[in-house]
Amino acid sequence: MGDFYTYFFDHISSVWSGLLVTVEATVLGSAVALALSFVFGFAARSGLLLARGVSRVVVEFLRGTSLYVQLFWLYYAFPLLSGYELSPLFCGVVAFGMNYGAYGSEVVRGALNAVPRAQWEAAVALNMTPSQRMRRVILPQAWVQMIPSFTNLLIQLLKCTPLLWLISAADLTTVVQQMRDRTGATTWAYLTLLVIYFVLAYALTLLMNALERRAKSRLGLHTGRRALLRRRGAESAREPGMAGGAS
Amino acid sequence: MSYAWDWGAVRDSLPLLWHGFLTTLLATVLGTAVAAVLGLLVAVAGRVPSRLVTVPVRTVTEFVRSTPLLVQLVGAYAVFNTVDPLTIGVAVLGIHYASYLSEVYRAGIDAVPKGQWEACRALSMSPRRAWQAVILPQAVRKVLPALGNYGISMFKETPFLAVITVQEMVAKAREYGADHFTYAETFTLAGLFFLAASYPTSLLMRKLEKRLGH
Repeated sequence: MGDFYTYFFDHISSVWSGLLVTVEATVLGSAVALALSFVFGFAARSGLLLARGVSRVVVEFLRGTSLYVQLFWLYYAFPLLSGYELSPLFCGVVAFGMNYGAYGSEVVRGALNAVPRAQWEAAVALNMTPSQRMRRVILPQAWVQMIPSFTNLLIQLLKCTPLLWLISAADLTTVVQQMRDRTGATTWAYLTLLVIYFVLAYALTLLMNALERRAKSRLGLHTGRRALLRRRGAESAREPGMAGGAS
Repeated sequence: MSYAWDWGAVRDSLPLLWHGFLTTLLATVLGTAVAAVLGLLVAVAGRVPSRLVTVPVRTVTEFVRSTPLLVQLVGAYAVFNTVDPLTIGVAVLGIHYASYLSEVYRAGIDAVPKGQWEACRALSMSPRRAWQAVILPQAVRKVLPALGNYGISMFKETPFLAVITVQEMVAKAREYGADHFTYAETFTLAGLFFLAASYPTSLLMRKLEKRLGH
């Protein structure tokens, strides 16, 4: 035990750089995912049959083929087909973003559907333009509903980042694995790695809880401070039919 | 830019991938079974009226749920290095998904009306009998569609097993791709395999969900 931690703290700078890659992949990946969630989520509710159809096909395609295969495809097959070499981190961001964007689009769709019909009608009755209606009435309410599912997706995405190790990005898992190889302290190395991921996941959960509290207070729904420390619900937004309920 | 797509490679790697696909299915079915049983046990343990039991159970499930499956797999493989990789894979997949399913069961159990518990007491059933004959049959019925959905999700995560040398489909695709330098063909084929298997299953689960009144 002592050996591993001596080594660990002696090389803490490489832990930081690995952590940075992991956090970068998580943040950029979820930013891409969030953007795609809204694009596909709105397209799924569009009046145009073509937009709905395209959204449906893309979402089902991205969800149905495994993330693992998508990442490997981008890293190994895409350069062969296109002649462009992609960096591992870039592959990760694109693959995570597309895969979780597909799951997220169901969250967006479900949350928009869950805003009561009367709210849409009231906005129309007040003579709001479609963009005002969306921005000032519908989205603030839908957003509150989306956050818990987005939190789950975000943690899922974080939990996929060790895949980067397999396509030779120097993420946290890669760094700690190297330390384990040097010191031979298998159990301590993996336990430490798991604990770091747990702490990251919990930090993200707290952040999202704060976001949810803020979004709720904008609607006049005030929640106590204890809600900030609440655990995540287990409903997995990844699953069809479980995403945001109404569909 | 112009890549010569090799249909021969698609044809030749097909039997290999099919073979790997069977391993993938096996791991999914066994893993789901482990998760279904273990998740139920955890959910029931979470309702024991003693904090000495519930707090550790919840802490452990939360930890398992919040940490990466890949690290759990590689870690278990390194620590239990004498055990067969497929067994480790099934166990880790099972434990990982049990941590999700326990919450699903918990919600299912909570959804059984309070009157049912009271009726059990009125009939002076033993707690064991009440769980077996009254509570669980109702809770499990509600949980079935979710169980199927998590099964599909697990199916799409079985490629992780390749990392601990289980010869599932993606491991085969990678091997063939590396030998013949046909990553584009074999990985595309592997992706289509996943799509062909998971999409119809998820449609079926949606039907089941509707039928059971969700």
